[in-house]
Amino acid sequence: MAEPEELKKDPVTERLRAWDAQAVADVLDFRGERTIVVPRSHLLRAVEFLRGETDLTFNFLSDITGVDRFPVEPRFELNYHLLSIPNRKVLRLRVFAHGNDAIVPSVTSIWCTANWHEREIFDLFGVRFEGHPNMRRILMPDDWDGFPLRKDYPVEGYR
Amino acid sequence: MSTTTISTPIGEAKTMVLNMGPQHPSTHGVLRVVLELDGERVIKAVPEIGYLHTGIEKSCEAKTYSQAITLTDRLDYLAPLSNNLGYCLAVEKLLGLEVPKRAQYIRVLLTEMTRIASHLVWIGTHAIDMGAMSVFLYCFREREDVMKIFELVSGQRMMTSYFRIGGLALEPATGWIERIQRFIALMPSRLDEYESLLTKNRIWQGRLRGIGIISAEDAIAMGLSGPSLRSTGVDYDVRKYFPYSSYEEFDFDVPTRTEGDCYARYLLRVAEIRESIKIVKQAIPKIPTSGAIRTDAPGIVPPVRERMKTEMESLIYHFKIFTEGFSPPPGEVYQRIESPRGELGFFVASDGSPKPYRVKVRAPSFANLQGLSKLCEGRMLADVVACIGTIDIVLGEVDR
Repeated sequence: MAEPEELKKDPVTERLRAWDAQAVADVLDFRGERTIVVPRSHLLRAVEFLRGETDLTFNFLSDITGVDRFPVEPRFELNYHLLSIPNRKVLRLRVFAHGNDAIVPSVTSIWCTANWHEREIFDLFGVRFEGHPNMRRILMPDDWDGFPLRKDYPVEGYR
Repeated sequence: MSTTTISTPIGEAKTMVLNMGPQHPSTHGVLRVVLELDGERVIKAVPEIGYLHTGIEKSCEAKTYSQAITLTDRLDYLAPLSNNLGYCLAVEKLLGLEVPKRAQYIRVLLTEMTRIASHLVWIGTHAIDMGAMSVFLYCFREREDVMKIFELVSGQRMMTSYFRIGGLALEPATGWIERIQRFIALMPSRLDEYESLLTKNRIWQGRLRGIGIISAEDAIAMGLSGPSLRSTGVDYDVRKYFPYSSYEEFDFDVPTRTEGDCYARYLLRVAEIRESIKIVKQAIPKIPTSGAIRTDAPGIVPPVRERMKTEMESLIYHFKIFTEGFSPPPGEVYQRIESPRGELGFFVASDGSPKPYRVKVRAPSFANLQGLSKLCEGRMLADVVACIGTIDIVLGEVDR
């Protein structure tokens, strides 16, 4: 499907790239939705920039979604769904993490709603968030073994 | 779900820890709130969730795209059609499918009826929480009408699964429009009746006004949406911001208030019912009496039964759809809709196989519940019930 022309020269991507060319590792367009892949090391600074700049103001974090691409490495993919209420704009940021180094910086300092979303990803995928104030399981019991939403975890559980 | 202990200095014995729930009538399900109290004042309120976790997202990965619709009913069980709509729109976006206008309008009409039913349950149960029994009976009387309309249209009262990928499950039964018209004609006067019992009631005002205040800044940072966010003056409504399913063709207002308290959230829900009635009234003349309710997409949307009897291709497609499903192109989409509780988002990832690679539900109640601590802390114990009530959570979608 051909992507609309206006997505190609999206001002948000251009702003981010002009601010730090390293912060944009890749840009993906699918069904009219833009995804910016951000290196893990640049995530915290990039979201601070997107949240803080007056012409961007991505002040609402809708959701963080974890995806497990097992057995492909880097297996963990985190999708941050950002929304700018004053500008009526949406954006998706994507960060990758290796299975043997599943640590991502926490964005709770920028949006406090991230607290539970990150706990949920820790609970179900086993990805840790550096700087999270309360890194505990949230849905599963504390003494649960394994991370249910990982692809190598059977649907019916371990018996 | 975990054991939380709030650390209190030993010996001072100034505060006590109280466990509210998971078996408590006013937590609306299986929510547990750990409260640290100083006398009757709440020092700290920590919601603990997970008691209703059923692994819906994991189950979706083991089902075909169409089968997963039945699981979405069970997320927010007070608004099953909103969940159906969000999921179907997400998969349709993944496939690049366009749904016929007739089906789109019917979808709008029925999701607005769902919003009315859901807000009716809210008004009724919240009135019980605050000690007004009779309103509950009135609200459930009207809600029953909506349930009967759903039964007439889809064959089910609650777990409807009526919206399917590419359109609707079946042609609505004859006489359904008249039933809705009757209901819509009656509803405004019934709403006035509830308002005469509650809005200016001194006890009601005393229990809600100035209670559980949150600022717009905090509400946005906490990710609140729906009436909880709009009570702080922010007009974020997905139907207006990012219209879907032809909402841009309807004329309606998004009520907002600036107080940010429990009373504002109550007034907003009443006002939203009135707006929903407005949308339903506009939708009725828009819906053509005949026309396709499903898009023509061989291999994705099941063929019409009559054609299967004469055309071999239709029979083959039917067999293939129900044995192996269909395979959208690899990619990810995020579709947000305005559920009665706020922004409901579905993230659906495809790897090119007939089963979704990942389905993530951005449940409005999940984010809204996080704001509970902010609403309760520093207030009286009795206000906790009012605060839990007015953020209107459904544990089915919090725990998934």
